[in-house]
Amino acid sequence: MKRADDFEKRRQHLKDLTDAELKARFWELADKIVAPMLELGRTHTTPAVERSVLLRMGFSSLEVKPIVEGVIQRGLMGKGAGNVVWRLSKKLGVSVREAGVALAEGKHWDAVEEIFGKGCAS
Amino acid sequence: MKLDPRKRLDIKEILKDLDKYRPKRRGWTWRKGRGEKRVIGDFEYHETAEGLANSVPLPGSRGFGYIDPQTDCVLTTEIASGRFEDDIRRMRMAAWHGADHIMVIRTAGQSHIDSLLEGTTQGIGGIAVTRKQVRASRKALDMIEEEVGRPINFHSYISGVAGPDIAVMFAEEGVNGAHQDPQYNILYRNVNMVRSFVDACEAKKVMAWAEILQIDGAHNANATAMKAWKVCPELMVQHAINCAFSKKVGIKPENIALSTVPPTAPPAPCMRLDIPYAVALRDFFSEFKMRAQQNTKYMESDMREATVTHTLNMVISRLTSADIQSTITPDEGRNVPWHYNNIAALCTARHALNGLDGIREMVRLDMDGPLGKDVREIQERAVLFMEEMLEVGGYFKAVEQGFFIDSGLYPERNGDGIPRDPQGGIGAAMLFERDPDYFAPVSVHYGYNNVPAELNGRPSAAVGGDTFEDPSKIILIDELDEVDNVNVRLAELDRYYETSLVKPEVEWRADGVVAVNLFLPLDERTAEFAAIRCGEKMGLDDVTVVHKQVMHPSEGTYVEIKGRVNFDIDVNELVIPEKIPVLSEAEIRADIAERPLMVVAATVGEDEHSVGLKETLDIKHGGIETFGIKYLYLGTSCPVEKLVDAAIETNAGAILASTIITHDDVHMKNMKKLHDLCVEKGVRDRLILVCGGTQITHEIAREAGMDGGFGRGTKGIDVASFLVKRRRELEGAK
Repeated sequence: MKRADDFEKRRQHLKDLTDAELKARFWELADKIVAPMLELGRTHTTPAVERSVLLRMGFSSLEVKPIVEGVIQRGLMGKGAGNVVWRLSKKLGVSVREAGVALAEGKHWDAVEEIFGKGCAS
Repeated sequence: MKLDPRKRLDIKEILKDLDKYRPKRRGWTWRKGRGEKRVIGDFEYHETAEGLANSVPLPGSRGFGYIDPQTDCVLTTEIASGRFEDDIRRMRMAAWHGADHIMVIRTAGQSHIDSLLEGTTQGIGGIAVTRKQVRASRKALDMIEEEVGRPINFHSYISGVAGPDIAVMFAEEGVNGAHQDPQYNILYRNVNMVRSFVDACEAKKVMAWAEILQIDGAHNANATAMKAWKVCPELMVQHAINCAFSKKVGIKPENIALSTVPPTAPPAPCMRLDIPYAVALRDFFSEFKMRAQQNTKYMESDMREATVTHTLNMVISRLTSADIQSTITPDEGRNVPWHYNNIAALCTARHALNGLDGIREMVRLDMDGPLGKDVREIQERAVLFMEEMLEVGGYFKAVEQGFFIDSGLYPERNGDGIPRDPQGGIGAAMLFERDPDYFAPVSVHYGYNNVPAELNGRPSAAVGGDTFEDPSKIILIDELDEVDNVNVRLAELDRYYETSLVKPEVEWRADGVVAVNLFLPLDERTAEFAAIRCGEKMGLDDVTVVHKQVMHPSEGTYVEIKGRVNFDIDVNELVIPEKIPVLSEAEIRADIAERPLMVVAATVGEDEHSVGLKETLDIKHGGIETFGIKYLYLGTSCPVEKLVDAAIETNAGAILASTIITHDDVHMKNMKKLHDLCVEKGVRDRLILVCGGTQITHEIAREAGMDGGFGRGTKGIDVASFLVKRRRELEGAK
């Protein structure tokens, strides 16, 4: 879009605001602009978010990548990758670390499907 | 391990037991003692912090008793050699020059890698930011900060498609500051915009926990826009989006810093354009911190020009405010910064900020004049920008329509912004809605988390505590690449590690690079090629021109070249004259008390320099007078004849001549003349002749017939000790 500078015309509703009022308006607008992004962050997740969860559960960067990829493949991102590992460890009766390492090596994904229901794969 | 200033950092020691190393602390540290008046040397300072235990004072401090006032603001230095083992040596040098915010730049392209990187591969324009490199650097900094006596903030980047991964690693490894701004990913790295913000929520939440100071990325708009001074309203908007967003995620305002750049540079009338913007910003963003960055948009290869812009930018920092003062190296316009240019930039900052200490008490910004009007206008334009963003449907729609980085001064639009597709970009289609039973078993997490009842509200109990609670669970991956790693690099350069062999360097150990300055009486293009040939004839390899400046279209061109030397120096083979041992103060005093000594002194020739000689003489500066030596000072531009006559008249035992100017070897000629004249008048035997000056050494002076010579950094005791010893020698000879 091309447009000439029409600042004088546009500013009419701002020109009588005090400096403090203008500042308050600035921050009110900023809060409005970021609200939808905050909500998206609240309700959604991404591979990076899930990898960061797994890292904090004590897995290395080399282990977290195949786990998250397996979770995506089976349509389970909505459950949380950390949740998948934790629930598997409970089902198998092994430590969280053992369960995650096994998943990273491609093992026990069938057990994961059993926990979260068949047909979860997209 | 405690560092010894006399010894170089031992990289092998740093790499030892790295898997067990834990950083000393978390979180950002501001300088201590800000806002207090402080007496340092002869002066009272109003904008300093506590001093350092070890540092290298500014060169000019010699005239002020080697004081080294530390500015109240944190000083940044940016390091980007691509080899962390060399970066850490530079970090130590920078810390001794006042840096307490050390930023390591990431290797090109890391922001597009959808994972953490591991190992110690060599980077391009920065290091691969990996756990091992970060841990080793932090370990080195933990030692360096003890050596200088002030905490050092370590900083890098939490951006790109692996933002949350990196945030976690930084929190675990004691990184203290980071750039995090989803807008940077979107506008400059074309990362999918929705994903960028979702990732940023988690990354920022982790940063909030680790109390990592956040710096935003708005300054890039300044560097990208065609006419940088026209993006001021947009810069305010970008800052506002990241600040408001970060605050809502949970970062404390005092840990949110704006990366702000004065938008323009000379020869534009930059102060008149930059000050209103600086004031407008600090007014609207009063609850946040200011990281004053230098303008690099208009930076060319001229280091002097870059230094002047940096200095003008710091005038703005002092007239307004700066919590962190950035220092862009003056060679950034020509190469990846070299060791000594990091130091040059730090010195520029210390120099300017010390000099401007307390200026706001005498010079005030006049808000009633054009400044107030301009400030208000920028602020209104920024408000209008955000109003229109909301009118078109919010941030994503505004980006899609190319609102950002348009070269028009908003509301003017030139249609040259950077539009991005909300469905497109890197990492698109990698967004997943959380199910009602979504669960993340970690102690710090943003957004919806359905923690199972059995965990009693403590999600990380599922794993018996996460790495933030139990760092022993952190896994360090050592090396993944058998060829590209620090061990291989160290082995290749083994002949230079703690041996007597040395090679000049600018960024890596023994890289061999040197720079040469030339003036050639040629036009620009011919001079460029002639300069390269000169470099080759000097025996340099890979000669390139790094800077040139026309002095006149035909009379001449100044050229700076760089090249590589292909030899080593063995320091064991050097003939280094022994430093003359100095007698104790008591011994000198006793000797002079027993047999008084009269000295005649002057700066000889057509030379008006007086500081060095006066300091050598004066009791106030610990000069020879301190030890009881009497002197007659004849001032500057003193003829050699007059000096000798005065020595004869006063029956002096010695002459101290100062000669600073070296043009046409006049310093050598003066010394020879002094010697010859004393011989001619038959007094050479009974006079000790001593010469001093910045370019004088003992050897040069001896060669010119003097008894001794003194150069830079000489103190009164050195001269007094020499006079006493020389008198004894001569008497012994008789």
